[in-house]
Amino acid sequence: MPLTHGVVTGTASHFPAKSRYSALALLRGALGGHRHWGRAWRAAEPKPSYDVVIIGGGAHGLATAYYLASQHGIRRVAVVEKGWIGGGNTGRNTTIVRSNYRQAPLQRLLEHSLRLWEGLSDELNYNVMFSPRGALFLGHSDADMTRLAERGDSLRAMGIDAELMSVDAVRRLVPLLDFSRAARWPIAGGLIQHRGGTARHDAVAWGYARAADNLGVDIIENCEVIGFTREGDAVTGIETTRGRIAAGKVAICVAGNSGHVAGLAGVRLPIESHTLQAYVTEPVKPMIDTVIMSQSLHCYISQSDKGGIVAGGDPDGFPSYAQRGQPVRLEHAIAQAIALVPALSRLRMVRCWSGVTDMSFDGSPIIGDLPLRNLHLNGGWCYGGFKATPGSGHLYAYHLATGQPHPIAAPFDLARFAQGRTIDEAGVGPMPQHR
Amino acid sequence: MMLIHCPHCGPRAQEEFTYERTRDSVVQLDQAPDVAMAALYSRTNPRGEENEIWRHTLGCRGWLELRRDRMSHAIVAVRPLGVQVLP
Ligand SMILES: Cc1cc2nc3c(=O)[nH]c(=O)nc-3n(C[C@H](O)[C@H](O)[C@H](O)COP(=O)(O)OP(=O)(O)OC[C@H]3O[C@@H](n4cnc5c(N)ncnc54)[C@H](O)[C@@H]3O)c2cc1C
Ligand SMILES: [Zn+2]
Repeated sequence: MPLTHGVVTGTASHFPAKSRYSALALLRGALGGHRHWGRAWRAAEPKPSYDVVIIGGGAHGLATAYYLASQHGIRRVAVVEKGWIGGGNTGRNTTIVRSNYRQAPLQRLLEHSLRLWEGLSDELNYNVMFSPRGALFLGHSDADMTRLAERGDSLRAMGIDAELMSVDAVRRLVPLLDFSRAARWPIAGGLIQHRGGTARHDAVAWGYARAADNLGVDIIENCEVIGFTREGDAVTGIETTRGRIAAGKVAICVAGNSGHVAGLAGVRLPIESHTLQAYVTEPVKPMIDTVIMSQSLHCYISQSDKGGIVAGGDPDGFPSYAQRGQPVRLEHAIAQAIALVPALSRLRMVRCWSGVTDMSFDGSPIIGDLPLRNLHLNGGWCYGGFKATPGSGHLYAYHLATGQPHPIAAPFDLARFAQGRTIDEAGVGPMPQHR
Repeated sequence: MMLIHCPHCGPRAQEEFTYERTRDSVVQLDQAPDVAMAALYSRTNPRGEENEIWRHTLGCRGWLELRRDRMSHAIVAVRPLGVQVLP
């Protein structure tokens, strides 16, 4: 199935003119000392019942709510968040957006998402600072280059942009890489997706929240789901720290807590929660103007618009909900980054942090039905779900509204594990610690 | 960082050890396909204690069973595992 161009998106016309953000509104605000800006979304109180309750106010949950309201006209929707929206992995990730995966189902899924990214700021009337600055995979050996060439060919066959780069072309793009023969990881070339890049993570959560709220969606923060109400094998609602809420459908979208929340309904998932860390340096003048990744290393480096170098490495390698990483793993990630870009050794690290990632047992997400009626899951995005945010919300909303999987999401059902249809990009089986 | 008390080698830094899988996910050769599939592809994944198989990879290379809290990282118990975990 080739990708069809022209992903359907809504228009910005959902916004009444008075609440639209614009250059004019900014100018008018400047005259009055910017005191007229209101809240971007209401602090909603839980109502007794909704058509759809989404558990988890990360960007995926908020996007799902937005597309339910904007594309399917389902507006009796609540997003229930135990903390504050975007305080989970949405606000902790390294914001890399790309669609240059190896296998066709993932290529379709992430390309669907990338096309939504391309129009997202306009669609939401909110600047998500999507910056297609290119996503570059480095190759460090002939074997790496063969694999990158293969991947590039398969991407182009799918209609996705990919350009194989010589060492000289990589040198022109990122002159600060260590090109010496003595380099720890010699540079043999690269594969770039020019349409890939980064986006402002918080803005994605806030933009979707504001747009969903504008369409009537209730965003309920500080409200933790602690159980489900059931009638036989059907889920009828949720129990929360702010009371019981009835729901026609309940949509789990809690990233690292997928196993725990599904467990509240007695469902076990092919998911284990692991820690992933990242760090940022002091801001400096522009020195890296693309996203650097590697075919052989789990190391990714980019520079934020503020100037900080944002980077990360391997997950910590064992199950944890602590949201706290091991220093040795961070040191390893930093050593890799410095080996690739020696100039980074002169920068001071200002922050490091970690998130709980929902490591699925083939490395791919799970989108679809659970064994209980009216209970659905969107999770298992591992350490790579930020890039999927618009597509994930769009396809999950389709599923919730129609009761059918969208063709692009259909391969990612839970039944694939029992049926031997895993989509295993790394080919390591049910061993999240080796991903 | 965790300090793991290897029953053979004593207290050692976590870096010497690797996580393998949960104790309940070891597949026996004579299990029915659905039982084996559940063991391979589903986890309780609790926000709390779980029995896990670890290996002292950079030490004695012995297999261990840890009971460990996944919120606090507290290690409640460690015991050696021998051939009995193998199918
Ligand atoms: C360090 C790090 C770097 C990453 N880098 C990248 C990257 O460069 N590119 C990329 O594509 N992906 C990356 N990811 C992965 C990406 O961040 C996630 O896949 C994605 O953010 C998941 O989306 P989400 O909206 O579901 O998650 P979240 O933002 O985590 O949302 C889930 C929400 O559910 C809430 N919740 C949990 N339990 C309950 C409950 N019981 N009741 C109510 N609410 C609950 C949480 O509080 C949370 O806000 C990275 C992740 C980490 C940790
Ligand atoms: Zn030992």
